[in-house]
Amino acid sequence: MDMKRSYYRDLRLFDTWPLGLWLVVCAALLALVPFFAGNYLMYVLGYIAINAMVALGLNVLVGYTGQISLGHAGFFAIGAYATVLLAKAGVPIPLALVAAAFIAAAFGFLLGLPALRLEGPYLAVITLGFGLTVENIFAKAEFFGGATGPSVPPFSLSLWPGFSREQNLYWLIMLCAGGTILAIRNLMRTRVGRAFVAIRDSDVAAACAGVDLTWYKTLAFAVSAAFTGVAGGLFAFHLGQVDPTTFNLMLSILFLAMVVIGGVGSILGPLLGAVTISLLNLKLKGLKLADFEQIPLAGKEIAGFISRHFMETGMANIQFIVYGGILVLIMVFEPLGLYGLWIRAKRYWRTWPL
Amino acid sequence: MTALLEVEALEISFGGVKALHGVGLTLATGEILALIGPNGAGKTTVFNCISGLYRPQSGQIRVAGRDILGLKPHRVAASGIARTFQNIELFRHLSTVDNLLLGRHLYLKTGLFSGMALLGPWTPAAKEEMRHREKVEEIIDFLDLQAVRSQRVGNLPYGTQKVVELGRALAMEPKVLLLDEPAAGMNLEEKHDLRIWIEDISKLFGIAILLIEHDMQFVGELADRVIALNYGECIAQGTPDEVRSHPDVLRAYLGTPSAEVKQ
Ligand SMILES: Nc1ncnc2c1ncn2[C@@H]1O[C@H](COP(=O)(O)OP(=O)(O)OP(=O)(O)O)[C@@H](O)[C@H]1O
Ligand SMILES: [Mg+2]
Repeated sequence: MDMKRSYYRDLRLFDTWPLGLWLVVCAALLALVPFFAGNYLMYVLGYIAINAMVALGLNVLVGYTGQISLGHAGFFAIGAYATVLLAKAGVPIPLALVAAAFIAAAFGFLLGLPALRLEGPYLAVITLGFGLTVENIFAKAEFFGGATGPSVPPFSLSLWPGFSREQNLYWLIMLCAGGTILAIRNLMRTRVGRAFVAIRDSDVAAACAGVDLTWYKTLAFAVSAAFTGVAGGLFAFHLGQVDPTTFNLMLSILFLAMVVIGGVGSILGPLLGAVTISLLNLKLKGLKLADFEQIPLAGKEIAGFISRHFMETGMANIQFIVYGGILVLIMVFEPLGLYGLWIRAKRYWRTWPL
Repeated sequence: MTALLEVEALEISFGGVKALHGVGLTLATGEILALIGPNGAGKTTVFNCISGLYRPQSGQIRVAGRDILGLKPHRVAASGIARTFQNIELFRHLSTVDNLLLGRHLYLKTGLFSGMALLGPWTPAAKEEMRHREKVEEIIDFLDLQAVRSQRVGNLPYGTQKVVELGRALAMEPKVLLLDEPAAGMNLEEKHDLRIWIEDISKLFGIAILLIEHDMQFVGELADRVIALNYGECIAQGTPDEVRSHPDVLRAYLGTPSAEVKQ
């Protein structure tokens, strides 16, 4: 066999052709959704895809480079505000999104600088501080629309003749999410991505092999922030409003949870994590007492217990309790995250006697 | 012959403890120089100073006449110095090939955007990867690593991991190779292979080698010259036989098993 070709085998996009075929089919199905599905499904899928972009971006930092961030809601907010303000100023939406990526990346660089000296818990606190600062600046500054946030301009992009706003937006989100997957997958197979992973596994050895730790650590922050920023910009249109209170610490933690739940350091992991957390978010949002009564066997008792022991105002937090419980269960039973589950399932099917 | 690596009068202390006191050495092109001494003598500290991991309080370090003291580790690497570590420092989650490819980091050019745009064998990023993969495969063949080419190195046996680490250093095509106890923990057969590889690296590739090793037989077979350290000071230097029988060296090793020194 031609040696050059065989070296390329290790660089291919898909490890095996059945996997490639599967992905192409999935991508095609997702692309066709606007032609046969209603707005709600597009809304849900769009929401998942936006979260997936953040999870993939954050994973570059957390999973591949071995850093930590509790402030990614800040980059998400920066992307949202940048996109909206630029679009309002008349910049075409795709350009505004690209600009948002670069603006978020610039802030990523800035945040990456202290990260050079700090590790673990210290880095967590710095990034947490960053997230809180950004949230408060946006919420308090008149220029950014104060507590109500800026109004989102109409989504004027047309990708297919006759598409509605929702359909066009859905396609744009899917294009961006697909691009993110491709870009990060490729990045991780070449020089820059390898340097990231090298820093995670042994920063001393990486440095002694010629990797500039300063540059690559800050670059990891910037890359991570850029994808998160684009996702933030899309999120503003997806929701149709920019509410500064959404970009809070809870959101940063959920982003991190997506990466960890899914399994760090892979592409599929953060994707699975984003799907899980997004669906939990949507499903549990409107959780009411009546929903508990539907639980088989002990439904009445559980509902009774809740109404007896929780204050009226505490009811809204029940979703977070259920939520937290599910996250704990996943991590207890599969410490490697959902990706670990997938690996095990794959192995199981491979040894299945045919 | 001019010296390729010159180290002069290194001084470094950690919290009042003098780890190095006036240590100097020179290494000429094509030479194998061994650094010996009991545990805690300061051998690894010399390496760390050369690599730029530690900054000595005073002294000089030059490579091919160029001052590298105070440079960051990646700049030292770029000046032609590669090393291995006493306690293996591999990229455990990467394959052997990827560990070696990381060794090519200094020669690769693919940046952020061209990397993201690796969409087929015709793209510049793919071409570059394949070109350097060829160099990596040469090293894999040289070190007999074919069987573990695509395995994660974290799962490899200890001896094999040491060889992969040597491979990664070779992938950097250095002028000077620093080996910190390369034979430690290896069995006889592995040691035998390693000795031949180190000889070849020196003779065929013309790379100057600075070697830390406790196994005096190994040192005797390989090294052109030996320098003995104790408590951060040079106590003897010369041919392996001279140093081995030097009274100060014998005394330095008395606390530790002296059989090692006398074989
Ligand atoms: N980073 C550090 N902080 C504090 N002390 C250090 C540091 N590095 C080295 N030392 C001290 O310097 C001295 C020399 O250590 P070094 O690791 O160079 O010894 P060595 O000759 O390589 O020994 P060994 O044969 O055990 O590897 C020791 O006393 C050690 O405790
Ligand atoms: Mg040592």
